[in-house]
Amino acid sequence: MKLYQKSGMVKNVTGEPETQPATALLVLGCPQVPVQTSIALYLINRLKKTGIVPMVAGNKAANTLLVVADPDRHYLGEVMDLDRAVVMITDKKRDFDRCFVFIHNDAGITYAGTMSAISKARVYAIIYGEHYEDLVKQIDFPCTVIAAKAVHNPLPLKKAIDEVAPWAA
Amino acid sequence: MGCVESMDYEIVLRDATFKESRDYIKKTYPEFRDVEPGFKVFDTHVIGLPPIAIGLDGDFVIFPFTKPCHGTFLLRVEDKEEAARLRKLKK
Repeated sequence: MKLYQKSGMVKNVTGEPETQPATALLVLGCPQVPVQTSIALYLINRLKKTGIVPMVAGNKAANTLLVVADPDRHYLGEVMDLDRAVVMITDKKRDFDRCFVFIHNDAGITYAGTMSAISKARVYAIIYGEHYEDLVKQIDFPCTVIAAKAVHNPLPLKKAIDEVAPWAA
Repeated sequence: MGCVESMDYEIVLRDATFKESRDYIKKTYPEFRDVEPGFKVFDTHVIGLPPIAIGLDGDFVIFPFTKPCHGTFLLRVEDKEEAARLRKLKK
């Protein structure tokens, strides 16, 4: 059993080096803005195509929207309660190579700042919604900002993500 | 932070940003401690932009509580032992 999920070289039972796949955590915000679920599935797909193992952490509503949309788990992998994920990272039982935080309100900024502080992951702040520009101004911690005015139409945010191509970084 | 719901708490501030909550604690409570995200208060890991201010008022502990859909609340909970534990932290 390997609890610590950071990628890199570990030794298998025969003592030979074994490469662990890169990992990514998607921290979902409140699902009241429709683009979140769509962009999360898109991002999961792009990450998986490049061999990155994604995990989703959100509240019950945000997680359920994804689980119901992908019943056969073609895209989704592990899904976890957000508070539980924070505890596991804080207790150093688990960490990730990349962390994508979905932000459309002040709580999202707060969670992104928390992840920046507790995780060794490279943090990406995915900012969207009507007031995305105000939220961008509040980012004062190390992270890569991906932002677009997107509420119902996910394409502006998809375009912003494609330009950064975080799965290739 | 599941156990917060079962606490006997008073909501001091609601519908504020996290930074407004931090400023409120520092202005309102002469005694406070700065902690890092993930620090345990009442066996729960606090969420926030560092440094997170935890207020102390007699036997009361005042701390931020953030939920994705409801933003940040400042909660006030009476607990003599927890207040004493927090007072022992370096300022």
